[in-house]
Amino acid sequence: MISPARSWREAPQRYRLEAAKCTGCGRVCYPPRVVCPSCRGRDFEHVVLPREGNVVTHTVVRVPPQGFVEQSPLTIALVQLKDGTRLMVQMADVADPETVHAGMPVRLEFRRINSDGEAGVIYYGHKAVPA
Amino acid sequence: MRDVAIIGVGMIPWGELWEKPLRTIWAEAAVAALEDAGVDTVDLITVGCMSPGLFVGQEHLASMVADQIGMAGVPAARVESACASGGLALRNGFAEVASGLADLVLVTGVEKMTDVDGADATFALGTAADQEYEGFHGITFPGLYAMMARVHMARHGTTVRQMAAVAAKNHANGLLNPNAQYHLKVTVDDVLASTMVADPLHLLDCSPITDGAAALVLAPVDRARDLAGGRPVVKITGSGMATDSIALADREDLGRLRAVQLAAERAYAMAGRKPSDIHVAEVHDCFSIAEIMVTEELGFFPPGEGGPAAENGLTALGGRIPVNPSGGLKSKGHPVGATGVAQVAEIVTQLRGEAGQRQVQGASIGLAQNMGGSGGSSIVHILEVAS
Ligand SMILES: [Zn+2]
Repeated sequence: MISPARSWREAPQRYRLEAAKCTGCGRVCYPPRVVCPSCRGRDFEHVVLPREGNVVTHTVVRVPPQGFVEQSPLTIALVQLKDGTRLMVQMADVADPETVHAGMPVRLEFRRINSDGEAGVIYYGHKAVPA
Repeated sequence: MRDVAIIGVGMIPWGELWEKPLRTIWAEAAVAALEDAGVDTVDLITVGCMSPGLFVGQEHLASMVADQIGMAGVPAARVESACASGGLALRNGFAEVASGLADLVLVTGVEKMTDVDGADATFALGTAADQEYEGFHGITFPGLYAMMARVHMARHGTTVRQMAAVAAKNHANGLLNPNAQYHLKVTVDDVLASTMVADPLHLLDCSPITDGAAALVLAPVDRARDLAGGRPVVKITGSGMATDSIALADREDLGRLRAVQLAAERAYAMAGRKPSDIHVAEVHDCFSIAEIMVTEELGFFPPGEGGPAAENGLTALGGRIPVNPSGGLKSKGHPVGATGVAQVAEIVTQLRGEAGQRQVQGASIGLAQNMGGSGGSSIVHILEVAS
């Protein structure tokens, strides 16, 4: 169960892939941070993540957590985008999970992630599809 | 700093202890440690417990359990670093005795995990990962280690059979430990035939859900010599802790566990020891791949050699460096907050020469490595028989 406040607060990252780029060293933080983990700088510019990237590593979760039973098995990948940013995402539109591999080109697409039951909040975000 | 000894060890049989509440299993382990030490009061109690709130709906835990053994009034604090909470409880107790703030400290770890169903337990454990940017997408703990396993396999040629060999070895050791949750012979083929949980990890690559508690009593070494009664005095000579990003996306190298390497480096430096000095180790095999990666980070084997070492018996009882003679998390069980304390209880038992059938002959220097989550924290202790 995710509160309406949290759902609203996370919308810029979930819906629009908004991030913060350190003006000191260029590191992109997704989600935005107060302090850059690379140089400890505190000045950032607003950026939007690129949608193209490659799979770094992945797994197929066959014993799903709460709320994901209907989507099981879940193919989940750690993806590195063109700007170097990494993020954890589900893979979608993959007929055979065996075809997913390190280096595989992918593209992020806006998708439904989950929901709080039939009448609850629907969570949207991004999933990776084969490019 | 004063030299610190472990003068009491308390372990109880672990498993699905449906008949006992958290307060009871905690008190049984605490009393066992106090009796072993021969003391009836302490200056401080530390309690490692990851999530009593989610597992049993109880916070304010340290005060509650102190009262259970008639020690209301004694300072008590719960500490948390996910599955490394027990190791952290020991480190905090060590600091108190070493600094002179306390003389006698009761260090405990506990987790009661079977009062909730499997889905709720998975959720509670999942809170050790980044809930907003990992858990949100449906990843689980086996899934996170599976992702690291794939990187390790691609880089070093580590195989699923090598991972399965870790599980088989730890179950073989657990057969010799009366306190272990599972007394079960498991072969490499059994592991590979078990259900896939998160590719490439099978069910038998994963540690179980367990109820359990463990306890230790710490004292300054001079006091320990008076209380030893002819038994070897075991000292804590090194204590190291390190953190890392908890989200895998924020780590530079997914084939490494940097917190383990850093914590080990700090513990070795404090003890003035190197990896080849260690005679026996208890490490955090929450998943079989974790033991392989950890034995490399601890410097027992070069990067990529942890898998072949396990397969070739170098970490078995009688091998070059026996790892997890207790059966490890895999066979002994993994009540998350208790694990780090129980690891050290096993090393003390080994160094005292009291480990029975699973005794590592002649062991006088041992190491315990405890890990939080998918490597977001790690704590390493080095223990030695005092001369
Ligand atoms: Zn920076």
